[in-house]
Formats: sequence, C-alpha cells, structure tokens
Amino acid sequence: MAKLAIRTDQLTREFGSLRAVDDLTIEVPEGIIFGFLGPNGAGKTTTINILLGLIEPTKGGAELLGFDVREHSQDIRALSGALLEYPGLYEQLSAADNLEFYGRIWRLTRSEIQVRIKDLLTQIGLWERRGERLAKWSRGMKQKLALARTLIHHPRLIFLDEPTAGLDVMAAATIRDDITNMAREEGVTFFITTHNMTEVEKLCHEVAVIRQGRLVAVGQPEELRRHAGSPRLEIIGKGFNGDVINLLEGLPDVSSVELKEDQLTINFARDIDTAPLVNRMVASGVQIDEVRKGKASLEEVFITLMEEEK
Amino acid sequence: MIADILTVIWKERRSLFRHHGSRLRAIFSLVVPIAVFGILLPWQEGSGWIEGFWSIITCVFIPLLLVGTIIPESFAGERERHTLETLLSSRLPDQAILFGKIIVAIIYGWGMTLIVLLLGLIIANATGWEGQIILFPPIIALADVVVSLLLAAIMASLGVFISLKSATVQGATQMLMATTLFPILILGISFTFIFSMKGDLSQRIKNALESLDQTQAVLITIAVLFVICSCLFWAAAVRFKRQKLIGS
Repeated sequence: MAKLAIRTDQLTREFGSLRAVDDLTIEVPEGIIFGFLGPNGAGKTTTINILLGLIEPTKGGAELLGFDVREHSQDIRALSGALLEYPGLYEQLSAADNLEFYGRIWRLTRSEIQVRIKDLLTQIGLWERRGERLAKWSRGMKQKLALARTLIHHPRLIFLDEPTAGLDVMAAATIRDDITNMAREEGVTFFITTHNMTEVEKLCHEVAVIRQGRLVAVGQPEELRRHAGSPRLEIIGKGFNGDVINLLEGLPDVSSVELKEDQLTINFARDIDTAPLVNRMVASGVQIDEVRKGKASLEEVFITLMEEEK
Repeated sequence: MIADILTVIWKERRSLFRHHGSRLRAIFSLVVPIAVFGILLPWQEGSGWIEGFWSIITCVFIPLLLVGTIIPESFAGERERHTLETLLSSRLPDQAILFGKIIVAIIYGWGMTLIVLLLGLIIANATGWEGQIILFPPIIALADVVVSLLLAAIMASLGVFISLKSATVQGATQMLMATTLFPILILGISFTFIFSMKGDLSQRIKNALESLDQTQAVLITIAVLFVICSCLFWAAAVRFKRQKLIGS
C-alpha cells in the first residue's frame, strides 16, 4: 500500500454558523499530483489552511507526512511548501533575494542556497533576470518564481492554491509544464486547488471534488468521467428530422438527444455498440459527415456533480 | 530561534528603504528629521541645545517618526501586499517573525536618534564654540539614550498591535501617529494653558515643576516608559499568532 502524504478524518471547520469544511475524509498517496476541486467558497482554501496548521479544525483531524496537524504543525510546515492565493513575493527585493530569504528560512547553507537558486531559476528560464526587482515583472513570471520558491528547500509536499488563476493561456501552460517537470524531477506530492478542468485533466493523477465543504467525489479523473459522465455519440451531418429524433429517443439505452444546427448529441445510459444505431440513421436518410464517440469531459462531470448536490 | 530571528532581520534590513519601490521617498522622510533636529535646531540654539531639553525633545520625536513609518510598512505592509500568508505558511516561528521585525525597527529608530544627537552635539559645539567641547549633562545623556530606546520599543510594539488590525499601511500609519501624537499634543496644550494662567494654581504648578529633582524626574519617566513598553510588547506578542492572523 502506498504511503500517504495526507490523510484527513472527518475534518470540519466552522466559522460561527458557517461550516466551511464539513466532515472531509480524503487520502492522498505520496508522489502524486492531487487536484482539489470545488466552486468558489467550497472550502478549498480553508482546507489548505487547516492542513498547513494555520487554522485549527473544529472537529476531526488530519495527518500530513505522518504528523498530526494539531500537535505538529511546525513539523508539517518544515516539510511543506505553499503557493497560496497570491504569489507572496517581496516586490522590492530581487528574484534571487526572494529565493535566498526562503532558503535562509529553511536553514539551507549559503552554498546550498546559491546552487538551488541557480538550478531553480534555470529550470524556469529566469536565471538571467535573477538580479531584477520584481515590481515590473509580469504576473506569469512572478507566479513561476513563486513556484520555484516553494521548492527551494526540497519539500516533500507542496500546496498550490489556484496556481494559474488570472494568467494568460501561454503563462498558464508554462506553469503547468513547470509543475509537471518539478513533480517528475523532485518527486514531491502536489496538492492543487483549481477551477480549471483542463488543468486537472492534464496534471492530476487523482482528484477530489467538494461542494459547501463536503466531499462529493474522489478518484482518478478517468474514473470520475466513467462514473459521473455518461457515454455519448456526437454526429455531424444533415437530415436530423423529427422522425429520426423520435426513433432515437424511443431506444431503451438512449437517455437524451440534443440537436444543435448540424450537430446531434446522443447520450446513453450505458456503454453500447453504436454501429447498428448509426446504420439505422443512415437507412432513415440522414447524411453523416462525422461521428465522434466519447465520454463527458471532466468539466461536464464537475457541473453534473454540482447540480446533483443542489 | 536566534537563527530564525536573524533571517527575518536579514530580509527586513534589505527591504528597509525599498518599500513601495521608492527609495527616494524613504530617504527624504529620513533626511527631514535629521535636518531639523540634528542640524537646524543645534545651529540656532548653540550650547543651549546641549544643556537644555532640546536633546530630550529630539529623543521623543525621532523614534516616534522613524519607527512610526517603518512598523506599519513591516506588518500592515505584509498584509496589504499579500506576503503575510506565505510567510506564515513557512517554518518560521511566530516569535521569530515578530522579534525580527521589531528589532530592526527599534535599531533603526534608536540608532538614527543617537546619530542625530551626535550630529547635533557637533554642530552645537561648532556654532557656539566657547573654547572647549561641551557635552550633555550625565542625567540628560542617560535620558537621551534610554528614553529614545524605550520610545522606539513602545512605538514598535504599539505599531504591531495597530498594524495587525489595519488593512492598509496608510491606515496603520495614520492610526499609529494619531495614537502617539495625541497624548503629546494634549500634554503640550495643557502646559501652555497652565503657564499662561494667572493665579495661585498656576504658580503652584510652576513651582512644583521647577523644584522637581532632575535625576528623579528622569528615573520616574524611564520607569513609567518601561512599564508601558513591557505591557505593549506583551500585548503585541499575544496578538501575533498564526491562528489569530489567518483566522481573523
């Protein structure tokens, strides 16, 4: 059985009458990229704050890297890195100074700090700009530097709270590449919160979905898509008349049929052999240009999960 | 713990004149008090600046002004610039962050006060040269050194307390200045009023002040400031806890 980086047990946090985290039980194996998903106000940031020992749980508990969050939060922080909602960089200092400060915080020796600064800045392509103050840097560059900062002390566990939020497409893609490279090269466990489902599909080995502080789904992205998202057929063509649609809706395994201009989407209740169905449509006079068979995207799964919980 | 405090001091020292990216503004805010208290007043007063209470006034205002500018930047600034959460998510103990920041502010405020006093001493001697070097009377020298240190520490502790309740640096600075300058203003107005009064009460107060033993007055002042400083420092240390800072 894989060692666990994080294990929470009925973790609960209340702020007055608001229950921000509600009975959350999850297990995160070491060495994976774990996505923690949920809409705004779902309790993602509160969960990270509890796991880092910055706020105490009202009920339940959690262990990180074998340490209890209530008793040993200092040990947990010593072994973790965090990129929270904001980059948390000192703009009046240079890039190298920012990394040096955090290297000193984790008590690296001077030579270790210098080697680490060079390695990390080279890895993210900012070594040549190490002496510049950050005030005029773009948000993407700062975010890359903040990511490097979380790795300065070789942490075993890294928390990233929406690491690509507010970045343009190119910057977000670069950050994702950096996370993938760093996870591969440094072998650390990443705990990432995000709204971006594309990011989750590209990065995460496992995901948990929460809503109003409660866990609504957990598993590998593929598992979630299989369980929560129905198989479907997308057909582009002409001749989707009322008779054809009635025919499809009358079939036992078809759960719904949607027509948008030249595209017909057929959702199935279970995986079936779709070739005979396509043949029947052709026999009914439909002209088919393209057929795509697939499952729901993670985004659709997410929306479904959110609606189910309402 | 010492190593952690030194780390915070390292960072604070590097940031000292770089807040808001304007080193010029920071240096200007330093030059004005030096020019007024360290050059202009000693120039005008000559040896009177050394032998009278001018140096004490310097020891009151310089730490208040300098520490009052640095501390909100250091604490409310971390909150305003969203660096506090990241700092608190590191392995640094709460006390190391607090002590490191306070130590830099005190050393800065106190150190600059001593430099201004030395500068004033040189200028007062040079402009009012009477054939020999005039030094501060021992009790005034003691008051200058200790009162400025205690006031810097009071200002730093009070500044922490106020900064942690303020969302912005500007708000914290204004509140801190108002909180510290208000009692001084009231004291000044009261003395002016008393000395302008005619009658028995005014005369009795004047006599009491004139008969006050200088050494006793200085020691009482130091003791009172020490108690205030200890209380404020304790309050700041109690307030500066991760759970309270993030949970609030």
